[in-house]
Amino acid sequence: MSSSAKEVENLIAQEYTQGFVTDIEVETFPPGLDEEVIAKLSKIKNEPEFMLEYRLKAFRHWQTMKEPDWAQLNIEPIDYQAISYYSAPKKDSDKPQSLDEIDPELLETYKKLGIPLDEQERLAGVAVDAVFDSVSVATTFKGKLNDVGVIFCPISEALQEHPELVKQYLGTVVPEGDNFFAALNAAVFTDGSFVYIPKGVRCPMELSTYFRINAANTGQFERTLIIADEDSHVSYLEGCTAPMRDENQLHAAVVELVAMDNAEIKYSTVQNWYPGDENGVGGIYNFVTKRAECRGHNSKVSWTQVETGSAITWKYPSCVLLGDNSVGEFYSVALTNNYQQADTGTKMIHIGKNTSSTIISKGISAGKAQNTYRGLVKVGKGAENARNYTQCDSLLVGDRCGAHTFPYVEVKQPSAQVEHEATTSKISEDQLFFCQQRGLSAEDAVSMIVNGFCKEVFKELPMEFAVEAQALLGISLEGSVG
Amino acid sequence: MFPRAAWERIMDAPASHDASASKIAFPRSAWERDTTINQETKMLKIENLHVSVGDKPILKGLNLEINAGEVHAIMGPNGAGKSTLSHVLSGKPGYNITEGKVTYMGEDLLDMDPEIRSREGVFLAFQYPVEIPGVSNIYLLKAALNSIRKHNGLDEVDAMDFLTMVKDKIKLLEMDEKFLYRAVNEGFSGGEKKRNEILQAAILEPKLCILDETDSGLDIDALKIVAEGVNSLRAAERSFLMITHYQRLLDYIKPDIVHVLADGQIVKSGGPELALELEAKGYQWVEGQAA
Repeated sequence: MSSSAKEVENLIAQEYTQGFVTDIEVETFPPGLDEEVIAKLSKIKNEPEFMLEYRLKAFRHWQTMKEPDWAQLNIEPIDYQAISYYSAPKKDSDKPQSLDEIDPELLETYKKLGIPLDEQERLAGVAVDAVFDSVSVATTFKGKLNDVGVIFCPISEALQEHPELVKQYLGTVVPEGDNFFAALNAAVFTDGSFVYIPKGVRCPMELSTYFRINAANTGQFERTLIIADEDSHVSYLEGCTAPMRDENQLHAAVVELVAMDNAEIKYSTVQNWYPGDENGVGGIYNFVTKRAECRGHNSKVSWTQVETGSAITWKYPSCVLLGDNSVGEFYSVALTNNYQQADTGTKMIHIGKNTSSTIISKGISAGKAQNTYRGLVKVGKGAENARNYTQCDSLLVGDRCGAHTFPYVEVKQPSAQVEHEATTSKISEDQLFFCQQRGLSAEDAVSMIVNGFCKEVFKELPMEFAVEAQALLGISLEGSVG
Repeated sequence: MFPRAAWERIMDAPASHDASASKIAFPRSAWERDTTINQETKMLKIENLHVSVGDKPILKGLNLEINAGEVHAIMGPNGAGKSTLSHVLSGKPGYNITEGKVTYMGEDLLDMDPEIRSREGVFLAFQYPVEIPGVSNIYLLKAALNSIRKHNGLDEVDAMDFLTMVKDKIKLLEMDEKFLYRAVNEGFSGGEKKRNEILQAAILEPKLCILDETDSGLDIDALKIVAEGVNSLRAAERSFLMITHYQRLLDYIKPDIVHVLADGQIVKSGGPELALELEAKGYQWVEGQAA
């Protein structure tokens, strides 16, 4: 590494120790949730009237609902009245001014990942929206995007600037009463990203949001809404980090994607929420509803996720393939170590004719972790010539972890073709010894073997993030071999 | 952190640059320069080695000395302990060393972790090389070389220099460059796997190269290519320990000394002519002598 890079690195380390993360003055609601809290939240955000109604409707629905218990997860009861539903930097001057200031942790992570800093400079060429606790703190490259008509801003801002667009699409993919966590999100979401790509526009750069939970005892409920109008194209990435805390923290997000005729959305996630310590203390509960609607003909949505963090992950990014010839893809790597639990997968709902979907899922389980793939492929009556290919591979590291697969297939159209392949394997002692005999440490060997196992998914990620994802796997596997 | 992913991307991409453009001399590694082996110092010295698997004794007081630059062949019947010897020397888990001592370059070999032995120059060409799906051959090779270089205080090689180096070596073994981008041993034929092992040796430049039944599963053409590869690696400061069942390999790689391993001990040692005699008389001949 060059000396200037070293200096920058030292600088970052300093910033981290000074820590605006700990010093920042925040305004936080007292814990608890009722209609008054929601009204206050809506008022602080200066939301249009329809939003308050939407939130209250969701809240009333939520109160009648029960937490889902069908997942292969062991969840400690959550006291929703003990959570604070709003936390934000108090003064504008406290808001970070540039990406470097926003997330020293992220840069620290990069440092640990061994990714050269010039990689980060290249990352800066990505338009970034940073969500810090409950609010979006900075969005970069807004002007440049504006020039081509792309709207990329915090959803709170979109509610001020483009209320008609938000109103038209919000909740149309994931209705406010869809499920327990989606209803909670609809009632209390505070911020998130809004993207609108106009007709015929190919978004000139990657759009990216970095989510960070900072304050203690707060939940994070962000809402992302992406609309790709006819003949448009966008690639979007989200990254997530959180500090280490002994208490579990709740993260219940909703992501809605809408793709119109011939539009394409590529949505990538590198999720690295704090997973808890090696004894399973602390960590984020990551209960997320992500769904895309391929409304238009020939539209395409591709989900790629690399899930290495969180104490518990409950997440099924799905595609509703309404338009004829529409395509849904799901590429997933879910890695669990220590006491982490993941129940994740996808739903591909084929409604239009000639719709096709691909599911590639790679689950890796180490330590005492439990890793579950749960997927639904549903082909409706009218979905002539629908096609699905599912490949579901599990890799076990050690002998105290578990891998589970629950594929559901419902087909109501005789011309449909649905394929499912599944494998479960274990890193063999022979593979480990072979690598060690070639000079690699056991940990490096495991990391390399796991990276090889995930290759098909990593190649779907944008370049910069493939690098990050690979390195993340290595870090997440630390201590997985005795 | 291991996955130095920046170069891995280059590795995964098909090579498109002009290899001759980056002719960088590879510095002779420090350990090669520093270890001008005193003739008095043995490269490898095995004294009274006893090894069991579970309760079953396999090696029962084995003695062996190898000087720098020598090629030793160990022959013996099935179950004599040949593969056990190669595994114990390279540090494979699952063996109990109940007695004895192994000194490598003056150090206690048995005290080192397997990866340290590798980095110190002990190389095992496996009888059954494993497959590693999704990991390209070139990725493994480069990671291995760099871990060894790092251990020896050298800079890591970058992707371009490495590629130049690998391309030179791969010609030697008459391998197609496509091998570099295929997953390690996945879908390789028996002969390809063995050639791949020798390619790894050629790149990692070990001091002590243990060939475990390298001839098994090879047809005569493949055997010749592998043998030529091994012969090209012979050097004054590099020793070989070849473990084989058949004399045939020794037609192509001429050993300095041949040992016969039977029932966990070296029962007879001699020149290359011993192998021929053994071939003619069969293992019963030496087994009779051991009793």
